[in-house]
Amino acid sequence: MMLLTRKAEFSAAHYYWVDNWSEEENVRAFGKCANRNGHGHNYTLEVTVAGEVDPVSGFVVDLKALKEIMEREVVGVWDHRHLNLEIPEFKTALPTTENIAIAAWKRLEGKIPGAKLQRVRVYEMPDLFADYMGEA
Amino acid sequence: MTAAAPIAHLGRRYHFVASHRLHCDAYDDARNREVYGKCNNPHGHGHNYVVEVMVSGPVDATTGMVCDLALLDGFASENMLAIFDHMNLNTLPNFANRVPTTENLCIEIYRIFKEGFQAAKVERVRAEETGKNSFEYADE
Repeated sequence: MMLLTRKAEFSAAHYYWVDNWSEEENVRAFGKCANRNGHGHNYTLEVTVAGEVDPVSGFVVDLKALKEIMEREVVGVWDHRHLNLEIPEFKTALPTTENIAIAAWKRLEGKIPGAKLQRVRVYEMPDLFADYMGEA
Repeated sequence: MTAAAPIAHLGRRYHFVASHRLHCDAYDDARNREVYGKCNNPHGHGHNYVVEVMVSGPVDATTGMVCDLALLDGFASENMLAIFDHMNLNTLPNFANRVPTTENLCIEIYRIFKEGFQAAKVERVRAEETGKNSFEYADE
């Protein structure tokens, strides 16, 4: 089995705030991220697929198709957006790096022909990332 | 007579995260969308900004340094990071009369250092908005 990973970037705004907590509780839990004017990041999305190497093409997956699927399902929808205010998944879940990875997984699962979605990794910054590998 | 101390440049990189929206009040909505594209999204978006500050000065014969890095870091922390980190740039007085493009951010950070930092000469400021876009400013 071969693993293949493709990267893409998007820029978005977000903030962390739990509505039924007091301001003090929010600030205690989330610090500067609780500023409700928002702040933002350059996110990196890494999608890893698993499959067998095709003996003729030498590929695990059609790279162009994978790029287009990532663009259509995730990057094109989230890029230059405010995650809390504009993206439906984050009406009910905070747009943490963990939840962004889960949401990206759900958007991509079952959409990649010929290969299995193995892992979604989302970097909020170069030194902070979250991995999601689906339900165990 | 001793030779004049050699002049060296010292660069230091700082990171902060912020959101912004590019929108100019002098343009109507259609013109704003045309000029700023997806950056005109009313809800804003954000970046991990990297700011590189370049200072220069004679290398002190004793310390071997252009300036004390702790002074530069302290100034950056108090006068730049405390203002911009985890903020929406559009809400700041610094951009009350200017669109918070990274060009204008670069100019504003240069102004802050040029007016306030005394321990070395401020040569220029570079602001990186993404891994692909960067801007540099010096007024001389």
